[in-house]
Amino acid sequence: MSAQNVLFDVPGPKARARYRIYTAFTVLAAIAGLAVLYLGFNRTLGEGAPSILSSEAWAPSPTGQWTANKWLPFIDPATWTDYVIPGLQNTLTAALLASVLAIVFGLVFGIGRMSDHWWIRVPSSAVVEFFRGIPLLMLIFFTMALPIAINQLLPVFGQPPMTPGTFQVSALAAVVTGLTLYNGSVLAEVFRAGIKAVPKGQSEAAYSVGMNKTQTMWLILIPQAVTSMMPAIVAQLVVLLKDSALGYIIAFPELLRSFTLIATRHSNVIPAAIVCAIIYIIINVSLSRVAIWLERRNAQRGKQSAKVGAGPGVAPEPTPDAAVPGAVPDQGQETRNKPTEPS
Amino acid sequence: MEAFLSNIDKVVDGFSWTVRLTLFSALFSFILGIVLTAMRVSPIPLLRALSTGYVEGIRNTPLTLVLLFCGLGLNSALGLSLADSVAWDVFWWAVIGLSAYTACFVSESLRAGINTIPLGQVEAARSLGLTFTQNLSLIVIPQALRTVVGPLGSVLIALIKNTTVASVAGLGVQEASRQMKLMFDQGIAPVLPTFVGFAIGFLILTLPTGYFFGWLSKRVAVVR
Repeated sequence: MSAQNVLFDVPGPKARARYRIYTAFTVLAAIAGLAVLYLGFNRTLGEGAPSILSSEAWAPSPTGQWTANKWLPFIDPATWTDYVIPGLQNTLTAALLASVLAIVFGLVFGIGRMSDHWWIRVPSSAVVEFFRGIPLLMLIFFTMALPIAINQLLPVFGQPPMTPGTFQVSALAAVVTGLTLYNGSVLAEVFRAGIKAVPKGQSEAAYSVGMNKTQTMWLILIPQAVTSMMPAIVAQLVVLLKDSALGYIIAFPELLRSFTLIATRHSNVIPAAIVCAIIYIIINVSLSRVAIWLERRNAQRGKQSAKVGAGPGVAPEPTPDAAVPGAVPDQGQETRNKPTEPS
Repeated sequence: MEAFLSNIDKVVDGFSWTVRLTLFSALFSFILGIVLTAMRVSPIPLLRALSTGYVEGIRNTPLTLVLLFCGLGLNSALGLSLADSVAWDVFWWAVIGLSAYTACFVSESLRAGINTIPLGQVEAARSLGLTFTQNLSLIVIPQALRTVVGPLGSVLIALIKNTTVASVAGLGVQEASRQMKLMFDQGIAPVLPTFVGFAIGFLILTLPTGYFFGWLSKRVAVVR
């Protein structure tokens, strides 16, 4: 069901009048809410503040957050070159490293969970369930404390403790490790679901042409699973990118940390938060768009292959020319319309 | 392990905050999520636009930033206080931030659930003369909720894990992960047993939740 325009009838004159009243109320409520935020951050709300009817209350006050001075740092190139760009670089580095590692981790453990040998399957399941079930932040904290942990464990095995500083975990390493373990476990489940969703005939056909299990997995199942799961994978990478902001908590100099530094330096918390949010939203929305585009492309491709493949006999793969309007319809065109739409 | 067990009161205290954060945020985000979904499908274009803008905006912002905004922005800069004691004041701000963030995911799940309802249901409701509000509250939302029990369970599990972010600067709720970090830093218990202990604590919260919602979603599934 497409929600829009089905839940309600086309409005008549009475309904239209009612909708206008509701709209007016919404506008008033929104204005009131924004006004409270504006005055609050302008430091002209509450006791001792000028009356909200006076122009004094609405003018950007020099102690508030809306005065031009608080926004000027963002048109100063130095702010961008010294804080924002390095922060963005660190965020993207961490996200990119973690993405690649998480995909590898996910493939290894996703396939491990489907192994025929219980001594591979059970540990893989345990690892995936463990890292999926505990908070990412705990993993990051633990990775940071790893040197301490090793020092505490060495005497247990009769080894002398390390001299301090021989082994240290950088904030980047901790963030990447945490992101990899958590998102890798989620991706393992995505891959597993994708491999399971490939029609059984595919692997049967692969075995019947003499492929072994490894070949079937890598040449037949995984390519199809990855293609069909691409939207889910990209969506998880958006989550990964957002979660990289957790690095802020362990003082990893990523984008959010840069903005808090700007905020402390110019005491402009609100403008910094707004600009920071806009940057994250732009990056994530563009990534999500990629996911939606992939999903649409998959749906189209699935429809084509389902329709062509469902026809009796071997229908030729539609040539790229068939997509050009006015091109001579190929043989597949007829068979394509015959089978009923897959529900 | 003995050192960890002798500090069990700290662990329990940490998890009590985690559970409280989860319960209140789950409640508020569920309500806000339903309101956002209702706005999203309402006949009034402005409400639809507001809901879409809110969901798309907050969903793509890191939770750390949302909570930081609640802590440093609303709590400190705006000087709004919600409770007398500091611990409860930051707790409620964390609940607001977590609810505002989680509501987007509740709303998205619910909207996906609405999309699975057959057209005939809504058309039948309209032909009986039900208004938009009646249609939504009697026909659409009840059916949609039953189909999205599974996804809502995942949202709840994500929320349990996300409560750890409430330890962020400016808020610093004494929840489990913060207690764990403090125990690491103060060296009162060995790192590995502490980590394993806290991890088990979280697994006790998340795994049964997952199984329960899996069972529930099968039980209340709408047969079509």
